[in-house]
Amino acid sequence: MTDLAVVAHSLVKTFGDVHALDGVDLEVPTATITALLGPNGAGKTTTVRILTTLLKATSGSATVAGFDVAKQPDSVRRVIGLSGQYSAVDEKLTGRENLDMVGMLFHLPRDAARKRSTELLERFTLSDAADRPAKTYSGGMRRRLDLAASLVANPHVLFLDEPTTGLDPRSRIMMWEVITELVASGTTVLLTTQYLEEADQLANAIAVIDHGKVIAKGTASELKAQVGGERVEIVPQVHDDIPRAIEALRGLGDGPATSLGQRVNLPVSGGGQVLIEALRALDAAGIAVTDVQLRRPTLDDVFLTLTGHAAEEEEVASDTESAPKGRGRNRRKSA
Amino acid sequence: MSASSVVTTLDSEKASAKHGQLYWAFHDGFVVTWRNVMAISREPELIFFSIIQPIIFIVLFAYVFGGAIQVPGGNYKNFLLPGVFVQTIAFAGAATSVGMSEDMTKGIIDRFRSLPMARSAVLTGRTLGDLLRAILTIVIMSITGLAIGWRITSSFGAAVAAYALLLAFGYAMSWIGCYIGLSVPNPEVASTAGLVWLFPLTFVSNAFVPTQSMPSWLQPIAEWNPISSIVAAERQLFGGAPMFTPGAPFPEKYGIPLSIGWIALILVIFVPLAVRKYRMSGLK
Repeated sequence: MTDLAVVAHSLVKTFGDVHALDGVDLEVPTATITALLGPNGAGKTTTVRILTTLLKATSGSATVAGFDVAKQPDSVRRVIGLSGQYSAVDEKLTGRENLDMVGMLFHLPRDAARKRSTELLERFTLSDAADRPAKTYSGGMRRRLDLAASLVANPHVLFLDEPTTGLDPRSRIMMWEVITELVASGTTVLLTTQYLEEADQLANAIAVIDHGKVIAKGTASELKAQVGGERVEIVPQVHDDIPRAIEALRGLGDGPATSLGQRVNLPVSGGGQVLIEALRALDAAGIAVTDVQLRRPTLDDVFLTLTGHAAEEEEVASDTESAPKGRGRNRRKSA
Repeated sequence: MSASSVVTTLDSEKASAKHGQLYWAFHDGFVVTWRNVMAISREPELIFFSIIQPIIFIVLFAYVFGGAIQVPGGNYKNFLLPGVFVQTIAFAGAATSVGMSEDMTKGIIDRFRSLPMARSAVLTGRTLGDLLRAILTIVIMSITGLAIGWRITSSFGAAVAAYALLLAFGYAMSWIGCYIGLSVPNPEVASTAGLVWLFPLTFVSNAFVPTQSMPSWLQPIAEWNPISSIVAAERQLFGGAPMFTPGAPFPEKYGIPLSIGWIALILVIFVPLAVRKYRMSGLK
């Protein structure tokens, strides 16, 4: 068990009538990245807030670096870092002062705290802006400062709540590089994201969360395997041609073609050649085609298969669902 | 990067083990105080109005009411100024409400709550920062007062005691403000909730007019209002009224010991209440 940095067992959290978490189980091995992937309102932030001692679970238990989050919150706080979508920095203080303050609150000697601030400001290319109040920072700079603040005491376990939401592509790639480096040096990272691409790129393991429950776990390729292999997707110009198209494709690919909405899906392996044959067959049958592609499953497909809805669909519902998470969060949302 | 870093998690643990919990509670409180003072120093507008408000209060009351109100002893300025001091300091508690509420609704609170710091530090930092602001306010009010004819006619020691009592009262009031700030949903509500009760509290007292001039049903309320004891204590200590003023109502006559009692009572009630509220807030 010692190689698990985070263990959550049947975490339940209710806000009044709303079940934010409905029994979350989670394990994060030391020095790996686990992504908690899910739409808005799925319970990602609630999970992170419980694991970082900001919120009390209604029931269930969790340990971080071996410490119980409910019974030993101070020990947990000593070994974790937390950085989120809503930068937890003081806007009136300068970047350097923010980091100095965090260092001193970690009870580092003053000199060590100052040295550490300088080191982190350089690392996150904030040296030039170090002595400007954080309220003058751009969104990306603020997020970097927030991440720097979470690294002041070299945490064993780093929690990143949607670390790249709202960042421009350049900042996002920089964030990814930093996260990868941290893990290489032994830090354990639990990150939440609604970007399937991000989980795919960064994480060793992915836990898919929806409606307060972890509904699937595995590596990106394991999850993709659940939805099957490659397929050719064809959209005939005329909707009524779909049965004829399925007939024309008989004998090609790994199995019978099926229709889904406007599309005809043909499971294949070894891609390109089958695609050409399929197009020839359709052409011979006189079926006009508006779109054709060879698709490998993405995590979007995984999500659709597992939850029965796309990752973005929940956006509207999530606003009401996440409302009771705490007054602070609400305000920041509306700000 | 761990290898090149000057700091490790262990450093923080070792450092924490060097001193006891109480030491770190003060240490963390002072760090947050420093943060609040830095924040105030970056807001020249706030400093400007913090300075201008007490000046306006003193000049306004001295010249608008000054001629109309007859007071025992005849020197209205020596009667009035301790009243304005106490009222202004009481009102400073409302600023604590707003500051506390702002802290609680901004992202930084998540940082504080996820750090291994003393749980009381955000509150002691807020109240100590506001105490420093109260000192500035008192200095400005005293200078303004002296400029318009207020005089300290007691001894040096008594004057020091008067200022100490005023600051202790301000500190106690900021804990009430702290509790209000933690109990309301946002800074806008805090600015009203922190202020509105202070008007009846400070005006239904002996701060501006002798309580004997009020309707008889109101007199006992005004006399036993803690503000009246504190104002009376300030008058006695600054020399605007004789010590243990003969013939004054009991709460005024014994203003000094009663003030100390009131301040202690406020702290004993509101410090634990506010700390409890802070610990609970957000957790559920």
